[in-house]
Amino acid sequence: MPKLSYLKAMNRALGDELAADDRVFLLGEDIRVAASNLTAGLFGRFGPDRVLDTPLSEQAFTNFATGAALVGMRPVIEFQIPSLLFLVFEQIANQAHKLALMSGGQCKVPVTYVVPGSGSRTGWAGQHSDHPYSLFAAVGVKTVVPSNPADAYGLLLSAIRDDDPVVVFAPAGALGFREDVDFSTLAPVPLGVGRIARPGSDVTVVALGHLVQDALAVADELAGVASIEVFDPRTVYPLDVAGLAESVARTRRLVVIDDSNRTSGFGAEVLAVAAERFDLVARPRRVTRPDGAVLPFALALDRAVQPGRDDLVAAIRGVLEGDEQ
Amino acid sequence: MTTIDLYRTVRLIRRFEERAIEYVRSGEIVGGIHPYVGQEAIAAGVCAALRADDLITSTHRGHGHVLAKGVNPARMFAELMGRESGLNKGRGGSMHAADFGLGILGANAIVGAAGSIATGAAWAQRRLGKSTVAATFFGDGAVNEGMLLEAFNLAALWHVPVVFVCENNGYATTMPVDSAVAGSITGRAKAFGIPSFTIDGQDPEKVLAATTAAVDRARAGKGPTFLECTTYRFDAHHTFEHRTRLTYRSTEELSAGWSRDPVEIQGARLAPEDRAAVDAEVEALLDAAAGIALGSAHPDPSAALQYLYSSPEVFS
Repeated sequence: MPKLSYLKAMNRALGDELAADDRVFLLGEDIRVAASNLTAGLFGRFGPDRVLDTPLSEQAFTNFATGAALVGMRPVIEFQIPSLLFLVFEQIANQAHKLALMSGGQCKVPVTYVVPGSGSRTGWAGQHSDHPYSLFAAVGVKTVVPSNPADAYGLLLSAIRDDDPVVVFAPAGALGFREDVDFSTLAPVPLGVGRIARPGSDVTVVALGHLVQDALAVADELAGVASIEVFDPRTVYPLDVAGLAESVARTRRLVVIDDSNRTSGFGAEVLAVAAERFDLVARPRRVTRPDGAVLPFALALDRAVQPGRDDLVAAIRGVLEGDEQ
Repeated sequence: MTTIDLYRTVRLIRRFEERAIEYVRSGEIVGGIHPYVGQEAIAAGVCAALRADDLITSTHRGHGHVLAKGVNPARMFAELMGRESGLNKGRGGSMHAADFGLGILGANAIVGAAGSIATGAAWAQRRLGKSTVAATFFGDGAVNEGMLLEAFNLAALWHVPVVFVCENNGYATTMPVDSAVAGSITGRAKAFGIPSFTIDGQDPEKVLAATTAAVDRARAGKGPTFLECTTYRFDAHHTFEHRTRLTYRSTEELSAGWSRDPVEIQGARLAPEDRAAVDAEVEALLDAAAGIALGSAHPDPSAALQYLYSSPEVFS
């Protein structure tokens, strides 16, 4: 089978949707030349009306997309760096997200926001290394973080076809990930449905995006110690609570690894759901960035504030030992 | 559009607003409103230049725009009163009134936000093969918002069929325009190569003439026009001022404002009996509208988050 990379899968999803639906168009900075490679080949294939290179005017072009969506288009915006989402948080959270309700159901706002290269890319320092999916989930915007090429394709397709605003975070750490894929099996992946990336019976590890690969590696490493199930929610909001509950009902132990700041992050949400609904035999743990984390520049410092495999191993061991107390 | 039609619109907006202020004081409207009293000529003149299928976006002070574009006053009153029969089924209120069927993409409470939404909508309509134009209203305060200036750039670059209508009423809430705007208001648009004009915003016929030229230009594919309409807000920024009694305008200034009342300017162009007939017609219309709104049901609290998502089942 041919290899498909995560980034190429997203590129393929964009091309397929542009070809399938004339209402879909792309806009963003440097997308004509595909500076991030996400839109490679699409300008030549679909032309300037479908692939709209924008000036550096994030706030205006984000609302521009909302306006286009209000009259029937399905815009997809590429943001080259995750921190630009802070600049347009008002336009997404306060405009696009609210218009359907505030209009009493008169409109839909099917805009997709894609961030290829979210989180640390090592060496990009404080203002280029955030991974703000928890922020969008907190205000109720549909939020997706695919972990592998097939999901990147299928979730992006579903995001574009969804009638609500959807933010798709493609973690920098996942973009180069390749897997063998039979292209004929590529299909939409529904929003809000998680998957078991690896079955196990002793501990459920919830991981998102590039961290799924870390969780799988740790599960292999600890195979002689415990049988670890890796649950990939795929969509941060809405969260597949039922899928997670099924997994935890079997394992009765829970660890979440989350590349958000600790306070009010996705990890905190998963633990809150666990406290409300799950019957655990050990206290759950979360592995996150520190509170208020700003990623420092130096490589060792950058890595020190990201959730990593060693932290995950320690958390899993803690949960297993907690059982014996 | 005839003289009498423009008079009917300014008179309708004026009396709607005066009644709405009464409903705020009596508690039928909760949360207050931003009265449009004094600025009616702009909404009337701009919307008279538009076709039924043209689009508008509006501001937090948007009742006049929405009425001039043709909404049913009963549904507008009902929206202000938070009723299920309101334009937005009671989910939007004064600052979010929308009627997509009439091309009203919504009033917007974030100053400067709607200009970029209108630009995108107008661009998309052209992409969809339609010959419609969008007019977007904003105040003098909005010209200090970067998002709006970004929209000017996009609209000019891409020859978007949009008319930017600045209602310069002299104040951004309480901040006088001279204390807020460095340079000039039209200079903002001129910097992007957008033809810009300052017009008398108290005279509906002058607003209509200027907007007609701008709309013709947009429809011909020549891109955006910027109209600065000078006007004056006769009433408060918001009805809460009646309680807080903010003093930032002198009595002399207020009476100078009232001396150029758009209802009187347009009314003077009518024979007295014609004017009286329109006034009576407007009162009867608003009596009926208020009656319908006051008799309408309140939304069911269990439906508070209805319409939030297109696929609510995913969240259950």
